[in-house]
Amino acid sequence: MKQFADLFMNLDRTNKTNAKVDLMKNYFLTASDDDKLWALTLFTGRRPSFKVNRTQVKEWAAGEAGIPMWLFQESYHSVGDLGETISLLLPRTSIGGSDKSLAEWFRYLGMLPGMTDEQKRDHIIQAWMQLSQHETFVFNKLLMGSFRIGVSQTLVVRALAEATETDSNVIAHRVMGQWDPLETTFEQLILDKGENDNASRPYPFFLAYPIEGDVADLGEASDWFAEWKWDGIRSQIIYRNKELFIWTRGEELSTEKFPELHFLGEVLPEGTVLDGEIVTYINGRPMPFNVLQTRIGRKNLSKKVLEEAPVAFLAYDMLESNGVDIRGLTQAQRRTQLEALHANVPAQSYFNLSPLIDFKDWQTLRDLHPQSREHIAEGFMIKRRVGTYQVGRKKGDWWKWKIDPLSVDAVLIYAQKGSGRRAELFTDYTFAVWGDDGKLVPFAKAYSGLTDAEIGQVDYFIKRNVLEKFGPVRTVKPELVFEIGFEGINESTRHKSGIAVRFPRILRWRKDKKAEEADSLGSLREILGNYK
Amino acid sequence: MPKQPLLQFTGKSIYCAVADVHIDPWIPVGRAIITHAHSDHARWGSRHYLAHKDSEPILRLRLGQDIDLQTVQYGEKFMINGVKFSLHPAGHIIGSAQVRVEYQGEVWVASGDYKLEDDHFAMPFEPVKCNVFITESTFGLPIYKWQPQQQVMSEIDDWWAQNRADGKASVLMGYSLGKMQRILKNIQLQDSVIYAHGAIYTVNERLREAGFELPELTLVTKETDRKLFRGALVLAPPSADGTTWIRKFAPYSVGYCSGWMALRGAKNRRAVDQGFVLSDHVDWPDLNRAVRETGAEKVYVTHGYTSIYARWLNENGIDAAEVNTMYGNEDENEEEETVQDASVGQDAYQEHKQELDRAVSADKDGTEP
Repeated sequence: MKQFADLFMNLDRTNKTNAKVDLMKNYFLTASDDDKLWALTLFTGRRPSFKVNRTQVKEWAAGEAGIPMWLFQESYHSVGDLGETISLLLPRTSIGGSDKSLAEWFRYLGMLPGMTDEQKRDHIIQAWMQLSQHETFVFNKLLMGSFRIGVSQTLVVRALAEATETDSNVIAHRVMGQWDPLETTFEQLILDKGENDNASRPYPFFLAYPIEGDVADLGEASDWFAEWKWDGIRSQIIYRNKELFIWTRGEELSTEKFPELHFLGEVLPEGTVLDGEIVTYINGRPMPFNVLQTRIGRKNLSKKVLEEAPVAFLAYDMLESNGVDIRGLTQAQRRTQLEALHANVPAQSYFNLSPLIDFKDWQTLRDLHPQSREHIAEGFMIKRRVGTYQVGRKKGDWWKWKIDPLSVDAVLIYAQKGSGRRAELFTDYTFAVWGDDGKLVPFAKAYSGLTDAEIGQVDYFIKRNVLEKFGPVRTVKPELVFEIGFEGINESTRHKSGIAVRFPRILRWRKDKKAEEADSLGSLREILGNYK
Repeated sequence: MPKQPLLQFTGKSIYCAVADVHIDPWIPVGRAIITHAHSDHARWGSRHYLAHKDSEPILRLRLGQDIDLQTVQYGEKFMINGVKFSLHPAGHIIGSAQVRVEYQGEVWVASGDYKLEDDHFAMPFEPVKCNVFITESTFGLPIYKWQPQQQVMSEIDDWWAQNRADGKASVLMGYSLGKMQRILKNIQLQDSVIYAHGAIYTVNERLREAGFELPELTLVTKETDRKLFRGALVLAPPSADGTTWIRKFAPYSVGYCSGWMALRGAKNRRAVDQGFVLSDHVDWPDLNRAVRETGAEKVYVTHGYTSIYARWLNENGIDAAEVNTMYGNEDENEEEETVQDASVGQDAYQEHKQELDRAVSADKDGTEP
């Protein structure tokens, strides 16, 4: 455990990519296979759930620390991370730490699900007593998640590839998809040649870079394909061993969520993998993302939901044909194969090709770009005809040319402290626009988009301009104005403003504007009207 | 008519009406008692100052050579308008004091900033029995529990040794007044040259001139040969972080000394290579111990986690209330001392020295400066 706790703290401490890769590589070179597998499980977001109730864990920790619950909560607000708060509050009984390995601690935690609450309590407190402060923190992360330490899957793959001297694309593929640390070993997962690959395993997605500068910088227009950039869920559809699997970009196996697409299991040839976008699709037209949002996250897809928000798959790439990986073919060759496949499937509305846009020169695209929203698209995808299908975000062959986000100027009215790197700093903000009655109406929460220096200045202002406290939330003197960008806008009965925006973020701090000059609810309604 | 309290929180100081004396006023007043020389407690412009004698060199450095300053020893009693005053060690920084105020049998203590652990430079904290205690609460949450000083100091020793072995400079950051002297008194100095930023150098020189036993520091200037920094220890104020000044030490490792380093978030935000949890304020256990040992029946909680700590005391049978003050912005003091390049610091120091010399000679001549 000490080795993993050290790795965790060191990863957490640096924000230099190479240093992170070196730390992980070193871990993969020195830890036992058992521990490596568990570390990989954590780093790829596969932490098993141990069915513990966070409220109970808080109570047990407060009890051990000898403090009332309200003081525990205040401490938690200050620290911003539950696992860390507990590690700081517990009486320190173990200085040296524990000899148990990471894998042993996972086995220890694996005993929790069958226990009564009282047994769980004793089991967890027993562990806390054996661990040092840092180890307690990491243990709590194993117990309750979330494992955000700024290590992307790409970095893990790089470290693992370097440590095992294997091609990183191969490693990227091997860690994808469904696997369970209890049913596999590090050897099987990473070092095997992959002959008996799990049928459900998806390919790593190829991701586009945003275009910088003018589209003409890409060279000859005739070397490129262009498609609309759909505002849906990026997905991979796999048909292998007579079974259909639907993976979303977040590496979630979501086959059950899209019953409309299950017919593909009857029409696709064996050994097919397609890449595309799942969108809601009504009367032959894609719908805005917020229609799709009504069914995401629902456990039960009622008949009503399926009728109101039916989905379709818009395919734009083919990665495997007759069981053969064809990612090395050119974009044009893969497109030809995809079109041939689609032509052989009986026509219906749930499986469509993402059409190629007909353009002779860049000017045609420039003229068409402003119409993206009417096509329910976020702009264009530009793909090089001779490009291969690569792994992860790579510059060169795939570009996204997005439309400017919608935006309004809004006033900061509530603030809350952040967590992790931003604990003790007010970084989570709520913004308001002027309502019809001349009062500020909150309409969006956002916390990204400012530089560290700006965050410091805003934090300084907030700490000196608090009007009221509601638990962790502070009402702030309405003075600072920010331009808030968002991707979509929709009517909402749940929000006071009557409007919900999608992906709100801070575009810039409008130091030149006073609160009175911020936008009104009327401006938001106007955007809503144009957008619909 | 109800008796007015001996000390009042007027919004500009902690004020004793009977004596007409302000403790740590944040605007200019007639007569001020200063608990210690950090600039959130010692502010400019009052007509008459009183402080512990060990505070004098820095008070004159920061507030002006010619301030009207009377100094006293710890425990020395003095009367103002029938109110009995005395200063007692607070253990926070050199010269820091708790102010004991006694009138008609009632005793109040305003403690300024304090810590209980002996730092081997400031006179250690002394508990003073009182009826009413005014306490800080900078680290008034149970998440703050300091390690013994010796452990933190050996962490610093190890870090420096490792950097020396790697051929890197060790840039150690902390407040120039208090933290740096504490570090110099407790780490293994290795008989080597210790480099310092102007802000720290100036404070150190002032204290050495005043007769305090501190190692001599070497001021980093534009002319200093950069090769000398390899493996060396360089002391810097937090404000030097991210400036061009710090780049001249490359390759270097940055260590930051502060109680806030106890939290991962604070440590990561600072993006330092090493955080040392070292504070000149009481942690949670010592805060509670200090309050208990005063035997006070009423406690006022100033700067820090005021409402939280006041509630905790109330729930534990001690009558407590929170008070808003302007104390607790030590970070801002350091901002005032921001010196982009140490040579500027040296100029400022030379200027102060000349002023001091002029003041001394004017005094000898018996003429008004």
